[in-house]
Amino acid sequence: MHKPFTHHQAAHCETGVISNLLRHHGLDISEPMAFGLASGLTFAYLKMVKINGLPLMAYRMPPRMIIKFLSWRIKGMKIRFHTFRSESEGMKALDDKLAQNKVVGLQTSVFFLPYFPRDMRFHFNAHNLLVYGKEENEYKISDPVFSHLVKTDAESLKQARFSRGALAPKGMMYYPEKIPATIDFETLIPKAIRFTCRMNGRWNPIPLAGIHGMKMIARQIEKLKKADQRYARLFLGHIVRMQEEIGTGGAGFRFMYAAFLQEAGEKLNCRTLSEAAIEMTRVGDEWREFAVLAARMSKQRGDQDFSDIAAQLRKVAKMELAIYDQLSGYKGN
Amino acid sequence: MKKEDVPQQPHRIYEGETKAVYAVNQEGKLEIAQTAGWEAESTVLELALEEIARLAEDALQRASAGETSPLEYYMYAQRMDLPMLAQAVGRFQWQVKKHFKPKYFARLKPKQLELYAKVLGIDVATLTKLPDA
Repeated sequence: MHKPFTHHQAAHCETGVISNLLRHHGLDISEPMAFGLASGLTFAYLKMVKINGLPLMAYRMPPRMIIKFLSWRIKGMKIRFHTFRSESEGMKALDDKLAQNKVVGLQTSVFFLPYFPRDMRFHFNAHNLLVYGKEENEYKISDPVFSHLVKTDAESLKQARFSRGALAPKGMMYYPEKIPATIDFETLIPKAIRFTCRMNGRWNPIPLAGIHGMKMIARQIEKLKKADQRYARLFLGHIVRMQEEIGTGGAGFRFMYAAFLQEAGEKLNCRTLSEAAIEMTRVGDEWREFAVLAARMSKQRGDQDFSDIAAQLRKVAKMELAIYDQLSGYKGN
Repeated sequence: MKKEDVPQQPHRIYEGETKAVYAVNQEGKLEIAQTAGWEAESTVLELALEEIARLAEDALQRASAGETSPLEYYMYAQRMDLPMLAQAVGRFQWQVKKHFKPKYFARLKPKQLELYAKVLGIDVATLTKLPDA
């Protein structure tokens, strides 16, 4: 059974990979649907984790969690994960799977992938991609964030798979073992929405996640007045990079979640969700506005100051909270 | 964001690649759209790259003056920082810092050099000498 692989461009690597992979195996699930069902939307401010001296901000669940959540939640779906101690063993296992005409997902480091634009290659160890074939010494890759298919040589791929450091992939490869023919959307969608809204809304006791995390960053931004101005500019730039650059579909996944709410509304024939989708799009627009302000400030253009930016972030948090409050008890139609 | 408002501001950092975002089409439905780049995003990415270049330049000057080892320069040039490098080679930060001193760097065993070179994505011959100015 050999089926030609169709590539769909996606906004984010992990959701794009899983959606392309499941579509290839005959389960039609779009990228936003995969993101929503896995309750991927979140916000977290992790002061302890530093990247180039700046604290980590996350707009989604930690890497791998989207695929794991999907395989826990969807009945009859099983995804097999493998990691390897030895590099040659890992490459051999990949070749074996490709020889069986399987499409395989890999966790890699962006830095070692030669087809990425030079200035976008950073040491980010949790980039997902699909390998769908091998030609002599070149692997044929479907990288969901690219509009076209790409190729890479075996040596680079090996380096990317076995890069070291935080979130080291250890050659992680995965492929579906069992895939159900259908998904029970009536129970899964409400469950996933309730989870997201409780986790990010007022019920979350952890002060650095969800809307509390946004408020915390707003306070941090106000404090930047007294900080070193170079640090202040980098800090603001860093927030915007986390929100836009790392393949989020715009506005730190908010637009993608809105697309999920819209699709869910159509599937369940529910007005509440369709309206929430429109509201979520507005939240996304406000996030983009926040990014514009922060980017201008970091470039020292315009006349806004830190309290304007903090106020904008608080406004976003308030709007998001309204959606979370409305849907945190969502039971479906 | 409406589909016609999706920013199309190409910048050299994207090298002509496009990215996908979700935007509202004319029927009011969200769907995937391509963007050639966004100014806000490329500005901050440039800023981050400038900062890395500044750190690398600073390390290069100190290394040419013999105050630090080429390791520190290549760490920044290859877009890493001290906590990242220390974690990647499985050492404490103070140990890596010690290897920034030319005296200790010269004494490193080939195996340790190889590991540094590997995580930085360069070869040992490059790691042990500074680039020609």
